[in-house]
Amino acid sequence: MAYSATVRDGYEKQLKDLRDAGLFKEERFIHSSQAADIEVEFPRGASLKKVINMCANNYLGLSSHPDVVQAAHDGLKSRGYGMSSVRFICGTQDIHRELERRMTEFLGTEDTILFPSCMDANAGVFEAVLEDKDVIISDRLVHASIIDGIRLCKAVQDTFKHANMEHLEEKLQLHADKRRKLVVTDGVFSMDGDTPPLDKMVALCEKHDAMLFVDDSHSSGFIGKNGRGTHEKYGVVGKVDIITTTFGKALGGASGGCVSGRKEIVEMCRQRARPYLFSNTIAPVVVAGVLRVLDILSKSTERRDKLEANAAYWRKGLTEAGFVLKAGDTPIVPVMLFNAKLAQDFSRDLFAEGIYAVGFFFPVVPKGQARIRTQISAGHERNHLDKGLAAFIKVGKKYDILGKTKEQIIAKFGQ
Amino acid sequence: MEDIRSIVLEYVKKEYLEEGDEVDFDTPLISGGIVDSFSMVSLKRFLENKYKVSIPDAKATPEAFDSVNKICELMKEFTGAK
Repeated sequence: MAYSATVRDGYEKQLKDLRDAGLFKEERFIHSSQAADIEVEFPRGASLKKVINMCANNYLGLSSHPDVVQAAHDGLKSRGYGMSSVRFICGTQDIHRELERRMTEFLGTEDTILFPSCMDANAGVFEAVLEDKDVIISDRLVHASIIDGIRLCKAVQDTFKHANMEHLEEKLQLHADKRRKLVVTDGVFSMDGDTPPLDKMVALCEKHDAMLFVDDSHSSGFIGKNGRGTHEKYGVVGKVDIITTTFGKALGGASGGCVSGRKEIVEMCRQRARPYLFSNTIAPVVVAGVLRVLDILSKSTERRDKLEANAAYWRKGLTEAGFVLKAGDTPIVPVMLFNAKLAQDFSRDLFAEGIYAVGFFFPVVPKGQARIRTQISAGHERNHLDKGLAAFIKVGKKYDILGKTKEQIIAKFGQ
Repeated sequence: MEDIRSIVLEYVKKEYLEEGDEVDFDTPLISGGIVDSFSMVSLKRFLENKYKVSIPDAKATPEAFDSVNKICELMKEFTGAK
């Protein structure tokens, strides 16, 4: 047997180190479908507790929408459960191509290719379209999946300070001799909830002959007046060369993602992107669900409008209560606590009050930047938000942080 | 080499540090988490452009770039500085 006691002991020690460092992640079991009100088993074996979910990526509240569930049922009946193939062998149905066409229309791009997830889209796209003569210049806070994708690519890799346009321009000048230049950013940064100035980024890319890549996973469906994404918010629809996004958040929340943009780039992904070539097609049932989501979004902006109003109400309530928030105008509202233990204790106390919101700390966010990340949904009603605010205020009073500045919180709890 | 040391230190401060952070000539840059492996590229390109040299990738290791003093040692090979 190759799995010796030494190997086992080694893994056990690594896991113990994670526990000792407070970095061990434990799942909480949800016994209901995903929604604003959920039933949770936590810790393992505990009796079920009804809580309000304030940490899902279910921005539009469509994860369990009856029309989407019905469409999935219909898709299951008409197209079956699985395809048992990658796309290019025998895994492409009419509805896969239909979803690609509909996403192209929705995002205002030239073409789209589906991937099993946006993680896979980001893992595959860079290597498919860039070589060692090229350069990738990425924001220093881009999502981990982008970092992994860039590592797989032979292009020269560089970074610019978060959303800093002067620094980006310096880097574009530094790498002016490269054949192809690709500037990479998130549309909405998932930990901070802020958006980079895409209009300025487009202008810089045009000036320096660079392409622009935006991961709009935390935007598609609700950012911009019609919910098309950050490119709509900044008035640059049609000018972003590569958009990656997910169906695992606002667009139904199941799974799957895509690369959308210039048609030659999409075709290069179809020929070369390894997660597309070597991983199964998206299940037909998911495709049918996403198609219905797009139907819902194309008929009305009601859900994204409600989400916008909910997020503004939530942000205003927390601000008036005296919490330190990260500035922004998206449904991601980080409540800053700075200290990792305080973030964990705060999250646990919120749970006792019936609010499910998770603490984030190093290495997920920089040291000294621990927080509770709250995420608002169109599935929240005012009573959910009011209960959430009451719980936050109660726990905030317990730790005496209401009305306190960053420096005062750090002085009391450490960084 | 004093000139290169000061120039590299200033570049590291401007390029990588947040306000209030401090580094000296021996501060571990990469192993200390100040410079990540992606961002190291700009430092390499800065040195190449500034001193008109070409640093082979095999020489531009995280170890060789781990402090201002180590970078200056590496640069001696290419600039001939004593």
